[in-house]
Amino acid sequence: MTDLSSTPLELRLDRAPPKPPSAFSNALVFGWRAILKFKHVPEQLFDLVMTPIMFTLLFTFVFGGALAGSTGAYLQFFLPGILVQTVVFNAVYSGMGLSTDLSKGLFDRFRSLPIWSLAPFAGLMVGDILRHLIAGGIILTIGLILGYRAEAGVLGIIAAFGLLLAVGFGMGWIFIVLGLLVRTPMTVMTAGFTFLFPLVFASNIMVQPDTMPGWLKAFVEVNPISLMTSAIRGVMAGNATVSDVLWALVAPAALTVLLAPVTLWLYRRSDR
Amino acid sequence: MNDAMRMNNSSSVEGQPAPAISVRGIVKHFGAVRAVDGIDLDVPRGMIFAILGPNGAGKTTLMRMLATLATPDAGSASVMGHDLVTAPQKVRASIAMTGQFASLDEDLTGRENLLMLARLWGYRGRGAKERADELLAAFDLADAANKQVKAYSGGMRRRLDIAASLVVTPGVLFLDEPTTGLDPNARQSVWRMIRALAGSGVTILLTTQYLDEADQLAARIAVIDKGKKIAEGTSRELKAATGSGFLHVALADPARVDDARRLLEDHLGGKVQQSAEGVQLSVMAGTPAAASQAIAALIADNIELADFSMGSPSLEEVFFALTGGGGRLAKPEGDER
Repeated sequence: MTDLSSTPLELRLDRAPPKPPSAFSNALVFGWRAILKFKHVPEQLFDLVMTPIMFTLLFTFVFGGALAGSTGAYLQFFLPGILVQTVVFNAVYSGMGLSTDLSKGLFDRFRSLPIWSLAPFAGLMVGDILRHLIAGGIILTIGLILGYRAEAGVLGIIAAFGLLLAVGFGMGWIFIVLGLLVRTPMTVMTAGFTFLFPLVFASNIMVQPDTMPGWLKAFVEVNPISLMTSAIRGVMAGNATVSDVLWALVAPAALTVLLAPVTLWLYRRSDR
Repeated sequence: MNDAMRMNNSSSVEGQPAPAISVRGIVKHFGAVRAVDGIDLDVPRGMIFAILGPNGAGKTTLMRMLATLATPDAGSASVMGHDLVTAPQKVRASIAMTGQFASLDEDLTGRENLLMLARLWGYRGRGAKERADELLAAFDLADAANKQVKAYSGGMRRRLDIAASLVVTPGVLFLDEPTTGLDPNARQSVWRMIRALAGSGVTILLTTQYLDEADQLAARIAVIDKGKKIAEGTSRELKAATGSGFLHVALADPARVDDARRLLEDHLGGKVQQSAEGVQLSVMAGTPAAASQAIAALIADNIELADFSMGSPSLEEVFFALTGGGGRLAKPEGDER
């Protein structure tokens, strides 16, 4: 136990505080925190790396032949889809991290600071973007090794990743709101996946809906996850139309417009 | 309430800066429960002010409102001259709060935590690093600077948490139960820090459920119970208001405690308070003569006394007298007063 009796508090208290920083600078600090988390909690990388590898390999080799005649043909169809699925599942992590921070009182400190209110969330988004890029990069690499070829080339891949980040950004709000509402990180995960599984599996990520019953087919065709998947598939294949891309962006844009104010309100509401 | 306890300055002297904290009729309810039920408070600049009360009295809720973490349902308050409701961002710029549970990022190192806060306050590059290192040195954490906070001891966390509140010198520092859960050694070092900070002009509002903490640190104490302020004054005033003629009796035989209590009540009339261990009784005696008679009656009934004394009530006795014995205050572990 250190004892301060021999060392009186010697701290310069009297100097002028620095100039208040900009909102952007606040956001950068929280982004830096997100990056430090990767360094200090490398365990989270395991999930992040293993899950997409597993899904890509399992689906391609287990279902590929049956669904598309050959694993190669299926991979060509499935790879853009697994990118969307991974990004959507990854969005859960932000909510879990937020819930952890809230349960520990860390956000009380942030909320009592004179900073831009949304800055802590911008930091979460930075963490998300990094996760999406890491996971997406891994999937793409495996795909390329297994023989996937993007008809639209490098530009198509870059555009597809841009679209993926927009999708991840939009979906992220759902879990941020959930993280603000639910105090236990495990509950955030359970609730998140309960909501996501039907959305992801009842979509065109794994198969085209042609053989599904009519009511399900109707749902799959308007499922935002399907719209996102079609657009990314199209962008990578080089045959996406502008309206494909716009449809894919409707859900992320709507989620942002609706949930960003809700997030701010929940964050400031504070009477927990 | 006694006059001696009504020490609120009704009007501030002209030309003086606004008080550090000024609260009028503040209310906060959670559903049907009025956690804070119309509290007034005035804290001058540079003072250590303690809010004393049992668990659930509303101390933390009051402090969270003052730190802009909860919105009052009624009443008004200003901190360093800024209104809580209309200018929360200005309040935030002039306060810091160290909550009951360490508000630190456990995954990051102590240094990274301070760097993060320094940057959020506007320090850049080298300036942020220098400030973080100054704080680490001042709080004797330089050796642990690059360890993750999750590996810190309770005392180290608390020091880092307070350091985190001093990145920029706040006008008011809120400390919510700053020594709860600390060993006596760590408590002493936190007390020393608090005194040093007050010495350099920081106003400190702390909540505590430890009477000795309020007694030793605070220039003024507000006693809160069930959301209401039931008394306010200096420790001496609170004790004087309860009455100075307190008789303390320690029994040699705990088995006779009920007999002794009955005899004291018969002779002195007042409510007898019993220590948690059961062998110490305290009662308001009025005059030394009355106290002598009561002791004579105990001896006449063959109740052996280990010790007895006449004097001021302890803050604990004040608290019980004020709350009618309803509230229970904690005693710090391993610290026999």
